[in-house]
Amino acid sequence: MLEVEGVSKNFGGLRAVADVTMRVEEGSITALIGPNGAGKTTLFATISGFLRPDTGRVRFLGRDIAGLSPERICRLGLARTFQIVQPFAGLSVRENIAVGAHLHRPGRTEALAHAELIGRQIGMGRMLDQPAGALTIAGRKRLELARALATDPKLLLLDEVMAGLNPTEIEEIVAVVRRIRLAGVTILLIEHVMQAVVSLAETTWVLSDGVLIARGSPAEIAADPKVVEAYLGRGAAARLAGREGGAAHA
Amino acid sequence: MRRQLLAIVAFLAAMALVPHLVDSEFWRNWVMMALFYALLGQAWNILGGYGGQFSFGHAAFFGTGAYCSAILHVHYGVNPWIALPAAGMAAGLVGAFIGFLSFRYGLRGSYFALVTLAFAEVLRILANTVPITGKGVGLLIPLEPGAANMQFADRTGYFYLILAFVGLALLLTLWLEHSRFGARLVAVRENEDAARALGVDVFRTKLAAITLSGALAGLGGSYYAQLFLYLDPGIAYGPAISVEALLVPIVGGMGTLFGPLLGSFALHGVSELAKLAFGEAPGLDLALYGVLLVLMVMFMPNGLFGMGRTTLARLLGGRRDA
Amino acid sequence: MVELQILLPAILNGLTTGAVYALIALGLTLIYGVLHIINFAHGSLLMLAMYAVFFLHAGLGIDPYLALPVVVPGFFALGYLLQRGVIARASHGRDENILLVTLGVSIVIENLARYFWRSDTRTIETPYSFETVDLGVAFIAVPKVVAFAGALLVTLALWWVMSRTDLGRAIRALAKERQGARLVGIDVDHIFAMSFGIGTACVAAAACLLLPSFYVSPGVGHTFVLIAFTVVVLGGMGSFAGALIGGLIIGVTESLCGLYLGESLGQIGIFLIFIAILLFRPTGLLGHRA
Repeated sequence: MLEVEGVSKNFGGLRAVADVTMRVEEGSITALIGPNGAGKTTLFATISGFLRPDTGRVRFLGRDIAGLSPERICRLGLARTFQIVQPFAGLSVRENIAVGAHLHRPGRTEALAHAELIGRQIGMGRMLDQPAGALTIAGRKRLELARALATDPKLLLLDEVMAGLNPTEIEEIVAVVRRIRLAGVTILLIEHVMQAVVSLAETTWVLSDGVLIARGSPAEIAADPKVVEAYLGRGAAARLAGREGGAAHA
Repeated sequence: MRRQLLAIVAFLAAMALVPHLVDSEFWRNWVMMALFYALLGQAWNILGGYGGQFSFGHAAFFGTGAYCSAILHVHYGVNPWIALPAAGMAAGLVGAFIGFLSFRYGLRGSYFALVTLAFAEVLRILANTVPITGKGVGLLIPLEPGAANMQFADRTGYFYLILAFVGLALLLTLWLEHSRFGARLVAVRENEDAARALGVDVFRTKLAAITLSGALAGLGGSYYAQLFLYLDPGIAYGPAISVEALLVPIVGGMGTLFGPLLGSFALHGVSELAKLAFGEAPGLDLALYGVLLVLMVMFMPNGLFGMGRTTLARLLGGRRDA
Repeated sequence: MVELQILLPAILNGLTTGAVYALIALGLTLIYGVLHIINFAHGSLLMLAMYAVFFLHAGLGIDPYLALPVVVPGFFALGYLLQRGVIARASHGRDENILLVTLGVSIVIENLARYFWRSDTRTIETPYSFETVDLGVAFIAVPKVVAFAGALLVTLALWWVMSRTDLGRAIRALAKERQGARLVGIDVDHIFAMSFGIGTACVAAAACLLLPSFYVSPGVGHTFVLIAFTVVVLGGMGSFAGALIGGLIIGVTESLCGLYLGESLGQIGIFLIFIAILLFRPTGLLGHRA
């Protein structure tokens, strides 16, 4: 469904993403993990059209989308959320979601009705009339998800929708993401919460210093020495093995 | 939406009675001018209030509309009623041009304000230079009273004309509030990146808003020309109109349906009071407007309408957040 | 080469005017660089400073150039207080509000001037108003030569302040990274106001240099400020060198356009440049901001 081929992005000499090639299968939940500053969000921005890749191609549904504007890409069926939440603060939750719903629904009534539906699915039923600026962090993360979902995407890019949430909230969001997938939406997520990655993703890619270093099921990844080193520093894997230490924990 | 529509109809009906119920010529004129500035304010409100793009040069649209209809009428013998839509279109085109130049590169905030201001100034200098506008001397529209010429011997005609324009502007804004275009425009105001991520074409949305806003201001210009039958570059493109156009919705409440109306009446009320207190003196009313602008931004950033709504909600123990 | 005899004086005259434009634009660009806001009150502050110079001359007989040590500190203080007392207070931390407030301040100043001093244009006469200097290729009026030299000197002084003093370093730090500057203990509100003060002092200096050869009226700010805006856009928002070069370019352009197109159309030439920059290079010649 999504194929990233040899994508690189530099910021004035700083290599944020280097020659990344990865793919996301239709109907899957795929995770992209990696330490802070690994280039995950940059890669997302490149896929979703907010940044133009210096080299490489991004193929979505067989079509090269690198260099298209974010709005064009969104119309093709690829929606994203922002790690740093970007609510329309002055609007109500319902109106926020409706902006997404309008993508394929010109009518106001229809869009508002769909926004309400999505809002309830995401568990924001009671917050629909609140101004988005008054939401808690958990509420804002949900709103990001709801708005993107309202555009009827085929592929959903979730950038750390669980960061900063407590375990109960994480469990709720995990369930929501599962349901979204069941409804036929493919999901690519960036996540630091390993509990979520392990329970959700079939395939996990690991990015470190802008380079993809590993790929596999969450269990395989956790056992991969390269990954452990990426997170914990050089030689960490050997030290852990020496002590027969437990699973890698991020 | 139904309640808002009812309010508009009720307002228009009440205003329609003014020429019959108000005896004083002075007060009838006063209401008429308040309506006129409400129209300009509503034009600004579409772009500035709903779209978040603050124009400091709405005179560029007003003046273009005014000159367009006057020139068509004076030099080419076009009937003012036919020149009217042409004036709206010309002003809309100027808006589209300015919008194209500035929004293409994502110019916003003070950069955009500067561009609009500069354009009004360019047009003022042009109007001062080219013969067709009568240069600095101005353009006199010949007096030919008759409804067919959009000139009314009885000023009631002018009153109903501006009332119709205001009604049009209100209905347009009502539509905006309940349409996809409006929802997208507001989304652009609140957060451009988020809007783009949701498939909103920010450039086209803003371009449509400035075109619409310009066209409405152009209608105002056309009306002004027919009312006073005289134009010069300072009147048409000078800063006074730009200031009024933005002050009216800021006082009344930006991004609200009735804000500009409220703002216009309040502002002209204050201006009358000032004239009573200080007498007619050049510059004084505008100086007062400047003070009001600063005070409004400082103490009442949501305008009178926002203030009223908050207070009302509090009185009713409403759950609405301020 | 008859052309050259007309052309050279026009270029020299343009350079002298351009230096003053640069000085005004310098104040504007400094305030923009630090506060990220275009000060729409800049023109009316210039007008106010010109009236100050005028009245010091008319009332106390102080020569415009000698008024410099009075007017410049006075306007520095005015700018400082304006930023601290009005603009910062009204902005609630939102850029759009600062925008509206500077517009409001300009409307107030300009129209109070109209109220108190009426719309008459006033000029002052000094012994050297009509003196000229023979530069070999052309005769240039003494006040223009002084304005040129003065503007360059002030620019140099400002450059020294910005690059060699702690204040300059603090201003530059704040311009680059607001949050970071706060963290290292820079008094942000104070430095904002200082920048606004210095920017205002620039127009005060320009006023002293302008008045011997120019008139003053309540609307005079418009004449200069739109040109200063163009200079700033041309040079790149926030760029000092850009303001200087841009000022000189605009001065010469205006002079040449005036020569070939006539006085009022000459100004159109400037705005065409303005529009062209927006079309092709919105960051200006030396700007970085996208």
